[in-house]
This record gives sequence, structure tokens and C-alpha cells, in this order.
Amino acid sequence: MDTSINTSQIEVEYNVEESAQIATPWQLMRWKFMNHRLAVLGLVVILCLYLVTAFCEFVAPYDPSYRTGHPLVRPNWPKLVTDGGFKLKAVTYGLTGSRDPVTFQRVYVADTSKEYTVRLFVRGSSYQLFGLIPSDLHLFGSPDGGPVYLMGTDRLGRDVFSRVVYGARISLSIGLIGVLISLMLGILLGGVSGYFGGIVDTIIQRTIEIIRSFPTIPLWMTLSAALPPNWSPILVYFGITIILSLVGWTGLARVVRGRVLSLRNEDYVMAARLSGARELRVIGKHLTPSFLSHIIASTTLAIPGMILAETSLSFLGIGLKPPVVSWGVLLQDAQNVQAVALAPWLMLPGLLVVVSVLAFNFVGDGLRDAADPFSTTG
Amino acid sequence: MKSFVIRRLLYMIPTIIVISIICFTLIQLPPGDYLSSYIAKLAASGEGVDEAVIAGLRHQYGLDQPFHKKYFKWIWGVLHGNLGYSFEWNQPVSELVGERLALTLIVSTASLFFAWVVALPIGVFSAVRQYSVFDYIATFFGFIGLATPNFLLALILMYLGSRYLNISVGGLFSPEFVDAPWNLARFIDLLKHLWIPMIVIGMAGTAELIRVTRANLLDELSRPYVETARVKGLSEFQLILKYPVRVALNPFISSIGFVFPTLISGETITAVVLNLPTTGPLLLRALLSQDMYLAGSFLLILAVLTVVGMLLSDILLALLDPRVRYD
Repeated sequence: MDTSINTSQIEVEYNVEESAQIATPWQLMRWKFMNHRLAVLGLVVILCLYLVTAFCEFVAPYDPSYRTGHPLVRPNWPKLVTDGGFKLKAVTYGLTGSRDPVTFQRVYVADTSKEYTVRLFVRGSSYQLFGLIPSDLHLFGSPDGGPVYLMGTDRLGRDVFSRVVYGARISLSIGLIGVLISLMLGILLGGVSGYFGGIVDTIIQRTIEIIRSFPTIPLWMTLSAALPPNWSPILVYFGITIILSLVGWTGLARVVRGRVLSLRNEDYVMAARLSGARELRVIGKHLTPSFLSHIIASTTLAIPGMILAETSLSFLGIGLKPPVVSWGVLLQDAQNVQAVALAPWLMLPGLLVVVSVLAFNFVGDGLRDAADPFSTTG
Repeated sequence: MKSFVIRRLLYMIPTIIVISIICFTLIQLPPGDYLSSYIAKLAASGEGVDEAVIAGLRHQYGLDQPFHKKYFKWIWGVLHGNLGYSFEWNQPVSELVGERLALTLIVSTASLFFAWVVALPIGVFSAVRQYSVFDYIATFFGFIGLATPNFLLALILMYLGSRYLNISVGGLFSPEFVDAPWNLARFIDLLKHLWIPMIVIGMAGTAELIRVTRANLLDELSRPYVETARVKGLSEFQLILKYPVRVALNPFISSIGFVFPTLISGETITAVVLNLPTTGPLLLRALLSQDMYLAGSFLLILAVLTVVGMLLSDILLALLDPRVRYD
């Protein structure tokens, strides 16, 4: 009796051990990540956002600079009505604008006599997908030109939803590119700092400390004010990205340095060095893979800071400037309390900022926990 | 302890020198200078400008000198309390900066205290009741605070204030006190206006502090000494406040160092939205009009403030935790 229990226990333990042996570290990380529900949710949100970004011409019902002729309309969603029978259809009504005789505000009344249907996959304004494929198909819209403004319109009558969709392209890519540049600087300088130690380490660490002792927003403000005013929007875009990375690399360099310091005395590093591997090869080939998971987690956590920074700078008018559309540029329209009181929907691009920053934070937290697949906490 | 403080103070000197060089370089970066934009403005309004006059002005302001001479002239003045001359305002920079800097400090310090007062109890409670409803709510709000840009929060509060409470929420003073000399009534008026910037700026720091406190306290709570104290029959309240919270407080003090730059940053941008008479809006204007001495002085002062804040937090930490001193 006793022996049989013992053998079954041994068998169970053996199985656990076997499956753990079969699973690679990456598999373990994936399992652990999948257990983190918020992180998975964040990942789904991020993937959706980037999908929209890739196909923004298709998703946006209007061109971002197209003036609809209806300035400052509050969000105007299609309504579901029955077709007399059981068939449901989405419709939107014509808008007649007039001035309020007391406040002189522009008010719109739905003109129910003019009814427009709203459908998915309609033909509308033409565009070139990825700059290559000409098309005029849009995700939704009214084929006969009815007003569909999911987030209202701005002062010039441009559809805010379309602008938010196009703005995502700039706002979300600036975070990615900025983080990539920071990552390269961070791995290189952090790796060198931790690997060689001594005077190089001291110099790099002091540099990082000095950069970090600047309050970021004033520093970024000064740097972006230094961008020549006659630069084209694309140059300004890269200029801002590089400015953000100039501060961003310091955090990543610290993480890399810490990991390298703890790894450089491992036996396999010594073995590689004894076999005559060059220093950069040891860092790139032998050290980097072992802390890659940590780096990925820290990188993900650095993206939201970049997105927030771009938004803040553009909001102040010293980052990206119109006609470039980014979330920060859109929020410039909501700069003072009068504008906000008149048209609170102009703050909606801010909601997208919050959602994407949250999503990146959740994913980053999940990755950080998963980066250490053998720990039991979290 | 004394040697620790002295060592830290000595460390600060090269840091500040490098910071001042960086500040001055940044200010020199934009192509052209204030004079050239001033001349462009004059030319646009149809006034002719004499070449000789321009050269004279350039020489008078030292704009024609090489970089290192300009730097030494500037830093020499700064050391003597002369921060240079604002071309745009036609005033010495030190006169412009004085009160604004004081208000910046007041607002930032108030925000720091707000962050502490809110974050400590919430952080402790959500660690003690881990995975409770309260913990989830606190974590949720913490994340929202982390993810919402300062200026957006300011806008939302302004909107809600003007729409539902019918109060004006911009500025730091009521109109009748804006130019009044300092007295008790003005101070009380300041306190009445302080709460919105305090909440807005403190929010991001609060979110971060809650996370740090919760994580640290969770580490401490699983230590054997907590179990020992519990076994000995200490009440749960006394037990938690007396030992683990005290240990978990260390990062709170060191947080002055990393929360302070965040606060100054947040203050800069929030002040623009809320129209506060602090350093932020003036720095923005100075940058946009290339008023270089004004902008440079602001950047330098803000950076030095941050370094001093970090020093204070290090010293406080060393006072609280002897292990730090012998590092």
C-alpha cells in the first residue's frame, strides 16, 4: 500500500520534471504571460490599435483634412431604426445649423426629413493604401453622403474620429521608433558600461545621472524649440523622436548594465573570452540573449512615456505641428477652458492616449513577471 | 554621517558645472538669436535697421563673442546673482524669475505632500488587503493616474469645475490679489486656488508612490519578523504600522529624488494649461521667442533644484537608514 503511493508520487514528480525539461524558457514565459489576464487584454488592445494604424485610410470615413461644412457638431452616431417591418437599419439624419439667439453658439438640429443609410464597407473618397494600392473602400460610412461623426467635428468642420485614426499612425509610431533608438543606445552604452567597468563605467554612469537630473519636460521643450522652424514635417517628426530617445536611453542602459554586471562573471562568458571572442561579440552573442526578456519588458514599459511626451510637447505647440495629425496636435484644439466647455468632445483624443498608455503598461507588467519564468510571485 | 554629506556635496559640484554647460549649449542651439528675430520683426513692420546699430547691439550684448567667452560671462553673472537680461521683457532675469520660482516651489512642494498623504494610506491598505476590492480599485486609479497626461487631467477638472460647480479654476490668485503685495489675505487666496494644481500635478507621483509602497510592503509582510511579532500577540494594526511600514517608508524618502523631477515637469505643463503665474508659461514663451538668457536661467534653476532635491532625499535616507552611509 505504502509503496504504491510512493511510486505514484514519484511518477507525478517525474512527469512535472519532464514537461519542464521539454518546455523552452520562451514557452514558459508565454504560459506565464497568458495567465496575466490584464496583460493579455492590453496586448489585444495594442494589436487592434496598430491594425487600425496600418489600415487607417480604410478605417477612417473621411480624409483628415476634409472639411465637412459642419463645424463643431457633437458626436453624431447612426441610429438603428426598423424598416416598418423587422429589418433593422442604421440611419443618420441631415443637420441644419443655426445660431442660438441668446448665446450665439452654433446649434444643430437633426432634420428627420433627410434620412441617409449607414452601411459597412461603402465606397467613398479615394485613397492609396500603403501609398500603393488605389482604393475607395471604407469600413463604414454613408454611401449618399450623410453625416457620420463618431467623435464630432472640430472648429473647421473636420471629422474628429477620422483625425484620431490618422493621428494614431504618428502618435503610436513615434513611441516605437523612439524606443528602438533608445534601445540601441541603451544596450550599447549600458552593455559597455557594465561589461568593462572601471573608468568607462564611471563616465557613462555619471552621464546618465546628469541627464536624469534634468526635469524632462523643460529639457524636451528646450530641445524641440531648438529644431529649425523651416524643417519639413517629416524632419520634425524624426527630430522629436531623437529628442525623446536622448533621455529615454538612460533608463534602458541602467537595466542592461545591471544585468550585464550580474552575468559577466558567469563561466560561459569566461569560456567565450578564453576561446578568443572579441568583446563586442561576447556582449552581442552571449550576454544579450540571456537578458533579452528583461530588456523586452523594460522596453515595453518605456513606450508609454514616449507617447505621453509627444502628446504633451505637441499640445504645447513645440512638438509636431499641423498639418501633421497626431493626438497631441489634435488636443491643441482643446487648449483652454472656453474651447473645452463649448466642445468637450475635442478632448476625446486624450481618451485614446490614456487607453494606449494603459495597454502598454499592462503588457509591460505582464512581460516583466513573465521574464522570470521560474519565480513564483505575481 | 558628516563625511557622507560632504562627499555628496562635493559630488554635486561637477554635476552642476556640467549641467550649466549643457544648459548654455542648449540655449545656443537654435539658429539665430533674439536680436535676429527682433530685427526681422522690425523689418516686417517697415522700420529700417541700420547695420551699424545692429553691430553695436550685438557687441553690447556680447552676441559676437566665441562660445566659451559667452559661457564664462554668463556663468560669472549667475554666480553673482545676475542671471542676465531678458531681451523680450527688457528686465533683468532675476526680477522676472523671483516670485515665479517661489510659486513653483510652493506648488511643487504642496503636490509632493499631497502625493505622500494620499499614497501612504492607500499603498499600505492595498498591500495589507492584497487582492481585495479596495486593492483593485486603488490599483485601477493608480493606473489611470499614471496613464493620464497632466494637462488632460487639468482640462477635465477645469471643464467639470466650470460646468458643474460654476467656479473659475485658472490662475493662483483672484483678480484683486494678482498684483497685491504679500499679506495674509493674499496667502489665503493662494490656498483657495492651490488645490487644483496640487491634485493635477500630484496625481502622477501619487500613482507611482502607491505602486512602490504596495510592492515594498508586500515584500516586508512575508518576512519572518512579522510572523514572530504576530505570534507574540501584537495587534495587527500596531504590528503593521510599527515595523514593516517603517521599513517600507525608505523608498518613500528616496522617492523625493525621483518624484521631484516628475513634479517639476508636470508643473511646467500644467501651469501652461491652468495659466499659473509660475515658471512654466514664462519658460515656454522665452523658448518660443528665443529669449536665451531667460530660458537658459530657467532650465538651469530647474535642473539645480532637481539636483538639490535628490541630495536632500539622499541625506534624509542616510539619516533614516545607516546602511546607506557606508555604501
